[in-house]
Amino acid sequence: MTDELRIVAVNGMLGYGYELKSLEAAVGAKPHLMGCDAGSTDPGPYYLGSGKSLVRVDQIYRDLKPALVGACRNKIPFVIGSAGFSGARPNLELTLDVVRRICREEDLHFKLGIIRSDVGKTTVVDALAANDIEPMPGAPRLTREHVEQSTHIVGQIGTAPYIAAFEQGADVVIAGRSCDTAIYAALPIARGYDPGLALHMAKIMECGAQCGIPLAPNDCLMGTIRRDHFLVRPLADYRVCTPESVAAHTMYEQGNPFLLYEPEGIVDVREADFRQVDRQAVRVSGSRFVPADTLRIKLEGARRIGARAFTIAGARDRHVIAQLEVIEQTVCDAVRRNLNAEALEAGYQLYFRYYGKNGVLGELEPSRVDPAEVGILIEAIAPTQALASYVLSLARSSYLHCPFVGRKATAGNLAFPFSPSDFEGGDVYEFSVYHLMKVKDQRALFPVELEMI
Amino acid sequence: MPRLGDLASVIRSKNAGPFQVTIDIMFATAEDYRRVLNSTVFTAAEVAKRYSIGESDVAVIPFDRVHAIKITIPRRWGSRGSGSAGDRDVYGAQQHGPLVDLEIA
Repeated sequence: MTDELRIVAVNGMLGYGYELKSLEAAVGAKPHLMGCDAGSTDPGPYYLGSGKSLVRVDQIYRDLKPALVGACRNKIPFVIGSAGFSGARPNLELTLDVVRRICREEDLHFKLGIIRSDVGKTTVVDALAANDIEPMPGAPRLTREHVEQSTHIVGQIGTAPYIAAFEQGADVVIAGRSCDTAIYAALPIARGYDPGLALHMAKIMECGAQCGIPLAPNDCLMGTIRRDHFLVRPLADYRVCTPESVAAHTMYEQGNPFLLYEPEGIVDVREADFRQVDRQAVRVSGSRFVPADTLRIKLEGARRIGARAFTIAGARDRHVIAQLEVIEQTVCDAVRRNLNAEALEAGYQLYFRYYGKNGVLGELEPSRVDPAEVGILIEAIAPTQALASYVLSLARSSYLHCPFVGRKATAGNLAFPFSPSDFEGGDVYEFSVYHLMKVKDQRALFPVELEMI
Repeated sequence: MPRLGDLASVIRSKNAGPFQVTIDIMFATAEDYRRVLNSTVFTAAEVAKRYSIGESDVAVIPFDRVHAIKITIPRRWGSRGSGSAGDRDVYGAQQHGPLVDLEIA
C-alpha cells in the first residue's frame, strides 16, 4: 500500500462543464485516477427507457476531450461511470463513439475496459421467481409483466467489476450504470485502503465540487485517501471546502444522512470527524464499513406507457380562473362523448396543471390566493402519438369554448401563445423496476470487455 | 411567530431515487436548529398532514453536526415514480413548499 492515493473527480456530471484551469491543476497533482460520473435517475425514466442521453453529444465531447487527453498523455487511469446518462447499452455506445472519435483525433492509444450494466430479463424474472428481489423504499412490487415490458434494465455496478478491469490492465474504463461510489472507491479498495473511508470519499466526490463553497457540480474535486483518513480539496483556487460544507454534503440526495447503502455493505458515518487542514481542504476520518451478508445490486428499468401531446395556454379572465375545476370536468366529459369508439377502447389519460395556482403542488398547495392569471397545461397520454394528439385536440377546443355559469368572455377561455398550439411530446416511460436483486457474483453479472485503442 | 422558511438558511427538496423525496432544512445557528427541533408544531404528524401521507411514512432525522434536519417522504406525484404519468416535479426540487410557512412556536 502506498502512502496515499490521489483521485480526481473531473465534475459531477459529464457534460455539465468544468473549468479547464481546475483540470490543469488536477493533472498537475499527478493523481492515481481521474474519473467522472455521467448518470443519474433524477431527470426521470425517459433516458433509460429510450436509450437517449439528457446531455447532448457535443457536451460530452467538450468535457471528455481535455480530460481524456490530459489523463492519457500523463499515464493517469481514467474512468467514466454511468456512461451516456442511464448506462444502458445504447447510452454506453454513444459514449464509446465519442471516446473513439477523440482517440482518432488526438492519436491516443490505450487498453480500454468496457463494463456493460444491462441485466437480461430472464435473469430478473428468475430472481423474481426465486424471491431474490425486493423493492427500494417507496417503490411498488415488481411483477413479471413489468420486467418483460421494460425496454432496458440495468444494474448498478459496484466496485468489484471496476477492480476486475484494473486487474486486467485497463487504462481507461467506460462503464454502464454504476453506483456513484464505485467510480472512485474501486481503486483504493483494490489497493487495500479502508473500504469505509474509500466509499465515503467517493460519495462526496461523485458530485464534483458540489461540497465546496461556492458549490459547483461543474468543477473538479480531488480526494486523497490515506491509511486512516482522507482529504477533499477543490481544484479551483477560489473554491474551498469546510467541515460543515463537506459534512452537509453527506445529506445530499440521501434518504438517510448517516448510513450510506452500497452493494458491498453500509458505511456508517455517524462517528465521522471533519477538520479543516488548510485554506481549501478538509480531512475526514472515522467512517466505518459494515460489510453486507448478501450482495444486492440495485436494478433500474423503464417501460413505455404511451405517447404524450400537450398544449400550453393562459387564462386572464377572473371568471374562468374561478371556475377552472368546473371547466375541467366539463371538458373531460366532452372529450369522452366526442371520441370515437376505437379511441375509447384504446384508453387515454388527461391531465390539467394550473401554473400560478397549484401547478407544482396540486392539492398539497397551501396558498388559496386567487391569481390574476393562470398558466394552463393540458396533457394527453394515449397508447399512440396519433391518439394522444387526437385526445389533446378535442380537449383543447373544448376548453377554449367551454360554457360555464357566469361566463362573460364568451369568445374564448384561453390565450394561446403559439400557432400551432398543440405539441407532440413523444414516448412516455415510467420506472418499471427500481429494486434490489440478490447477486452471487458481481463480476459474472458485469463482465469486463477489453479493447486495444 | 417566525416561519420555518425564515428560520432556515437552506430549505430544499430533491429526489432520493425515483420513489422518495428528501427535504433538507439547514440552520445558520444552533439556536434556530434547536428551536425548530424542540417545537411542538414541528412533528412527523404535522409533516404527514401537510403532504397527505401517513405519519409512519415520514422519517425525520436531525443532524446535529451541521444543524440540519432531514425529512424523507414517499414521492407524491406520478403514477409510478418520477417522470411517470401525472408527475408535477420530476426532480422533486420544489416539494418543500408545504413546510415553508409552518409557524414555529
